[in-house]
Amino acid sequence: MNLHEYQAKQLLSKFGVPVLKGFLAYTPHEAQKAAINLGGPVCVVKAQVHAGGRGKAGGVKLAKSPEEARDAAEAILGMTLVTPQTGEEGKLVRKVWVEDGAAIKSEYYLSILIDRAEGCYSIVACAEGGTEIEEIAETNPEKILTVHVRPESGLQGFHVRSVASFLGLGGAAAKAFSKVLVQLFKAAQELDTSMLEINPLIQTEDDAFIALDAKMAIDDNALFRQREAFAFMDFDEIDEREIVANQLGISYVALDGNIGCMVNGAGLAMGTMDIIKQAGGEPANFLDVGGGATKEMVMGAFDLILRDPSVKGILVNIFGGIMRCDVIAEGIIAAAKELGISVPLVVRLRGTNVEKGKELLANSGLKIIPADWMDDAAQKIVEAVQ
Amino acid sequence: MSILVNKSSRVITQGMTGKSGLFHTLACREYGTQMVGGISPGKGGQTVEGIPVFNSVADAAAETKANVSIIYVPPPFAADAIVEAADAGVPLVICITEGIPVRDMLMVNTYLKTSDTRLIGPNCPGVITPDEAKIGIMPGHIHKKGSVGVVSKSGTLTYEAVGQLTARDIGQSTCVGIGGDPLNGTNFIDCLEMFVADPETTEIVLIGEIGGTAEEEAAEWIQSNCDKPVVAFVAGATAPPGRRMGHAGAIISRGKGTAESKFEALEKAGVHVVRSPALIGEKVKEVRG
Repeated sequence: MNLHEYQAKQLLSKFGVPVLKGFLAYTPHEAQKAAINLGGPVCVVKAQVHAGGRGKAGGVKLAKSPEEARDAAEAILGMTLVTPQTGEEGKLVRKVWVEDGAAIKSEYYLSILIDRAEGCYSIVACAEGGTEIEEIAETNPEKILTVHVRPESGLQGFHVRSVASFLGLGGAAAKAFSKVLVQLFKAAQELDTSMLEINPLIQTEDDAFIALDAKMAIDDNALFRQREAFAFMDFDEIDEREIVANQLGISYVALDGNIGCMVNGAGLAMGTMDIIKQAGGEPANFLDVGGGATKEMVMGAFDLILRDPSVKGILVNIFGGIMRCDVIAEGIIAAAKELGISVPLVVRLRGTNVEKGKELLANSGLKIIPADWMDDAAQKIVEAVQ
Repeated sequence: MSILVNKSSRVITQGMTGKSGLFHTLACREYGTQMVGGISPGKGGQTVEGIPVFNSVADAAAETKANVSIIYVPPPFAADAIVEAADAGVPLVICITEGIPVRDMLMVNTYLKTSDTRLIGPNCPGVITPDEAKIGIMPGHIHKKGSVGVVSKSGTLTYEAVGQLTARDIGQSTCVGIGGDPLNGTNFIDCLEMFVADPETTEIVLIGEIGGTAEEEAAEWIQSNCDKPVVAFVAGATAPPGRRMGHAGAIISRGKGTAESKFEALEKAGVHVVRSPALIGEKVKEVRG
């Protein structure tokens, strides 16, 4: 689950991580009041959306007076921010974070991630903060340091010293930096973050370190114990269909194509998307109806698929294990009758009770195109939507 | 022969009195697996469907001489269950549970380094050696005894591959689901090593998914260590970057973990790669000649 910058900063400050004072604003007027309250000579108005690259896209503006803060908010609120991370359709800005300005001496990049291959945490650092780390990784990988922190040891002094030294920090600056890194690491562990990125971490003239930006994602599997972060869930940032899917206990991801897919199992669902593409079609979604789907879940899955107006055909691909094909067939028939499926429907059933399932479909009077194997099914649905 | 599980596997179920735990325990027993006990704290001394229930894995292991434990307990308690089984000295632990926090798995894997226990999963369908032992949630009837070893991150995609093999009258030695989580107990290479050492396994099917670098690492290992033909498919070539595709581990992050990178690495290692999940069985048939 992704958090907004202001939410991440709120959580981080509880671990002692220095952040700047700021206020959330939903209107230009609120932004103006926030600037007055902050009282400084400058403030920064920042779009709050779940995407990086906001600055370059015009989602971050400097304001030298409360009026300028109001005007900046006026410009940012309601805009559709298009960054490399939002995709072409962009993200609508509904709120801004109005934050104190800061005198920056240096900017650094710092992130804490989980290294899957090594089974440990990794700290990634770069002395060129504020830029796209992916770009530096491509062009100048030697400018990036990765330090593995094994769970057996936890974060030790030498880990921290190696990062500070790589960033060229010594004396009081190294000491101040180390304190912040220790706090960030503790926050990453205790908040179950799958990604914590501070870009930039700034150094001020008096060698204080401040998290000027913060990007945080919480491990979805840990949300049951991260109640505070969970309460930050912003439904405006999530596709409505994905919220409905979540409630149904279905995994759904909207895609750009026109062939809706209903599959059981994540791997098979991805494989089905892949084979549709190979047959010359484009999948409209990823949908894993799960291993223990009921008739109601199958109906809910059809409803979700049909909410996408670009869907011109549906491919059902079920390999029944625990899931019985006759239950799926009943769900399909009920959905077709109640939801009125008007687009071509190809159904491929295999596994447990497959004969019974096929018989139910054949006797239902519905116009269903049956298929025996995946490639056959993909070919048929691609032809049907053309 | 086979790997990991066989006729002499004696299995206990952690979380047996839950709905799915009981359902699958009985299904495994029906397949012929020796299901010798269940663990349900506070319910020790009872018997469920003729299977004795114990309060702890230690009690169950001492009493039943179990050598495998299968776990169905809910995610918040699953790490505890895995460590309990390892602590009791059960050599093989298969964790079906989906949704365990990554931080818990960091702890589990760190603990397991100090133990001789092997963990399969979590978030996996389990392990089956056809006609000998089914320890997991897969449909037993689609399998057929034979000599193809199958190792996979995915559940139903494995059934798909097995279905294609069985339809071509090609049997399987053992099928292992290693799970779709970012951190797991046993990886592709562990299973490949076992399949290479198993005289009854003649070919290997490897099924990967986007996310992480396990397929790339497996490719590297295959190139220098595997003398048996490997057929591979990787799911998710059409998955958009940055989105989790059902499985916690199935995500392309920062350009890493794409299907293309995995296909390339596997091809370079001399693996028989199929880019369509419908062609796995046919490719194995072709390789067998």
